[in-house]
Amino acid sequence: MKGCAPVDSEVESVAEPAAEEGYGRTEKEKIRDEKIKADSFFQEPELETLAVLCDIILPATADFGSAGDAEVPEFIEFIVKDMPAHQLPLRGGLMWLDNQSNSRFNLEFRSCSPEQQLEMVDDIAYPEEEPSDMAPGIAFFSLVRNLTLTGYYTSKMGIKELGYAGNTPGVWDGVPDEVLKAHGLSYDPQWLERCVDQSKRDELAAWDEDGNLLST
Amino acid sequence: MQIIEAADGYDAVIIGSGAGGGMAAKILAESGLKVAIVEAGPMFDPKNNAHRTQLRWPYESPRRGANNVRPFGDFDSAYGGWEIEGEPYTHKSGTKFDWFRSRMVGGRTNHWGRISLRFGPKDFKRKDQDGLGDNWPISYEDVKPYYDQVDQLVGVFGTKEDFPNEPNGFFLPPPKPRLHELYFKQAANKANIPVIPSRMSMLTKRINTDRGVCFYCGQCSRACMVEADFSSGTCLIFPAQRAGGQITLFTDAMAREIATDADGRATGVHYIDKNTRQENFVGGKVVVLAASACSSARILLNSKSSTFPDGLGNGSGMIGRYLHDSTGASRMAFVPQLLDRKIYNEDGVGGMHVYTPWWLDNKQLDFPRGYHLEVWGGLGMPSYGFGFNVSEMNKFTGGVVGGYGNKLREDVRKFYGSFMGISGRGESVAQYDNYCEIDPQHVDEFGIPVLRFHYKWTDYERAQAKHMHETFESIFDAMGAKSVGTKPGPEDDYGLLAPGRIIHEVGTTRMGVNPKTSVVNAYQQMHEVDNVFVVDGGPFVSQADKNPTWTILALAWRTSEYIIDQINQQNI
Repeated sequence: MKGCAPVDSEVESVAEPAAEEGYGRTEKEKIRDEKIKADSFFQEPELETLAVLCDIILPATADFGSAGDAEVPEFIEFIVKDMPAHQLPLRGGLMWLDNQSNSRFNLEFRSCSPEQQLEMVDDIAYPEEEPSDMAPGIAFFSLVRNLTLTGYYTSKMGIKELGYAGNTPGVWDGVPDEVLKAHGLSYDPQWLERCVDQSKRDELAAWDEDGNLLST
Repeated sequence: MQIIEAADGYDAVIIGSGAGGGMAAKILAESGLKVAIVEAGPMFDPKNNAHRTQLRWPYESPRRGANNVRPFGDFDSAYGGWEIEGEPYTHKSGTKFDWFRSRMVGGRTNHWGRISLRFGPKDFKRKDQDGLGDNWPISYEDVKPYYDQVDQLVGVFGTKEDFPNEPNGFFLPPPKPRLHELYFKQAANKANIPVIPSRMSMLTKRINTDRGVCFYCGQCSRACMVEADFSSGTCLIFPAQRAGGQITLFTDAMAREIATDADGRATGVHYIDKNTRQENFVGGKVVVLAASACSSARILLNSKSSTFPDGLGNGSGMIGRYLHDSTGASRMAFVPQLLDRKIYNEDGVGGMHVYTPWWLDNKQLDFPRGYHLEVWGGLGMPSYGFGFNVSEMNKFTGGVVGGYGNKLREDVRKFYGSFMGISGRGESVAQYDNYCEIDPQHVDEFGIPVLRFHYKWTDYERAQAKHMHETFESIFDAMGAKSVGTKPGPEDDYGLLAPGRIIHEVGTTRMGVNPKTSVVNAYQQMHEVDNVFVVDGGPFVSQADKNPTWTILALAWRTSEYIIDQINQQNI
């Protein structure tokens, strides 16, 4: 058993990444996307603060880049215009962070030292049992964390890091043997013998008059 | 008004290009009839790169595939949804019904789940068993030959199980189960719940030289560029056109009204060209409604004349009545055995490789009718929402909730693919008081009076949803999985989704022998207008816990043969 092995097929010639034809949009949807892209929401200082937060949430590693490297702040700028419900919580949260930062350090968050920034983030990065003065910041950071993770792991870099192996033509032939073994599972032989024999997938199917398939 | 007709007129005008309309177009055109299809949306062909969403990556969409523009996400092949700008609908008495429409060639067949279940013998005669609702005027034996033909024409994988009320078919071999499906089967069996290979319309083997074979991307909801799954366009309309069938497609053509002559017989269809915003007319000898249960009811109710002041063929007042959707409820769980799993390509076919048909006896239960179980999970492609609240899952494993930095990378990795969900999809009991009608006050952007819905679930459906949740927990418990969230209680109808959410709405032009209590006869011909037929879900007397598409296809085929026969006999 091979899991899902790559296959040569008529698919690959047509399955080029999106180019000028877009990603399968209707005319109305194209107009919507263009309008959103032409608009802007965050001001430059807000974007700078967001970029700092995104890279605290996902800094670069030896093998993979940071959230900033994967253009997560640009994704967040798009998504707040696309989903206006995110606008107030993010804008207000960014201001809340600067208010806190000004009272503590007399500096806006993005101008603080990395140590000062982490000290503040430590206060809002963990959910609490009982609501505290930090609750607005905790809700805000949770939203930024969600958007950062989603933006990163839906980027080319993030998908590579995750190891997602699909979205490509293949032939599924069951759970790999070593995985079955590791999970202490096995296929029921009676079930298996009725499954498709992938070596015959290109043969034309034929049935007898009772609906019995003449070859699996 | 512009009059559009073929030189000597169309033999049949079909409204809608989904499962029923596509099948009618194919069968009628193959017999040599000249067919017009009036479709409310644009052309769609998944082979066209400008339409294609299959094999695209999340980052090709600026919103990473999120579902705020299309309700099942950017890459789902449904142009429309429960809400369509400019095409509203309203509700009566504070009731709820969500109406999903897909405006495109192929309709909802482009994105549907491809779960392809025949109704069984009991499903046509429910009143005989529980005294509720009505029997169909036809039986399984009437439809079986057409199910057999649909299986072989379209292709469906599955296995002959001789399972009660789940008839065997002409099946292609199923794909092997995936890892989470093996866990599901093991746990369900432990809880005395059967699991069998699913029955879905993807080609695991070649069935003709036209269509390709499944290449296991798991993206059937995006519509398949090699036509390895069923869509009405790719499998019925386009092949019929290539074979020389005379099918003319009018796209972006919103049907408004069926025209009638002085005798009350249909003469054609008035439609609005959405691009020019002008009204046109296409004439035909026969009109076939395939616009979807509610759209067809709306068109009929809006087709008023001196002969039919309450809508075409609505002397009985039954059009719009008995609207019913499947019941639905779901639960998700964390499966500790799947923590930290090895990552490989397990996309498989779109949807499930195994499922549970209805397995219990209602005589032992406090609700009528059954439900089947669908299972989902696995190492899916990330899209918008991936990674949300991932650190909260640490509460299942004793880890730290929240935080930042590379700890989050570790959270994402170890929880990837460790969740499983189960959904119940069940049969509701059709009710006279659940209906759609014309809203007397509101029109859509094309000036067409809109539908108003009145729909309430009964205790039958609530009790069924309660039972579904007990089933979900019994399977998760047998697996050692941790159910996420709390089990819904009576205050939220036991998690029963609003009617319309499962998108199996049927019943609005129901079939029957008695013209006073039904709209169409056993051949889906209107009792009161002999050259108008309905081939969508409207004629369903009861819905079964089966997805309706396979039955729509079989009945549309049967009706199309009847139409040809009636034309040949010069009866219509």
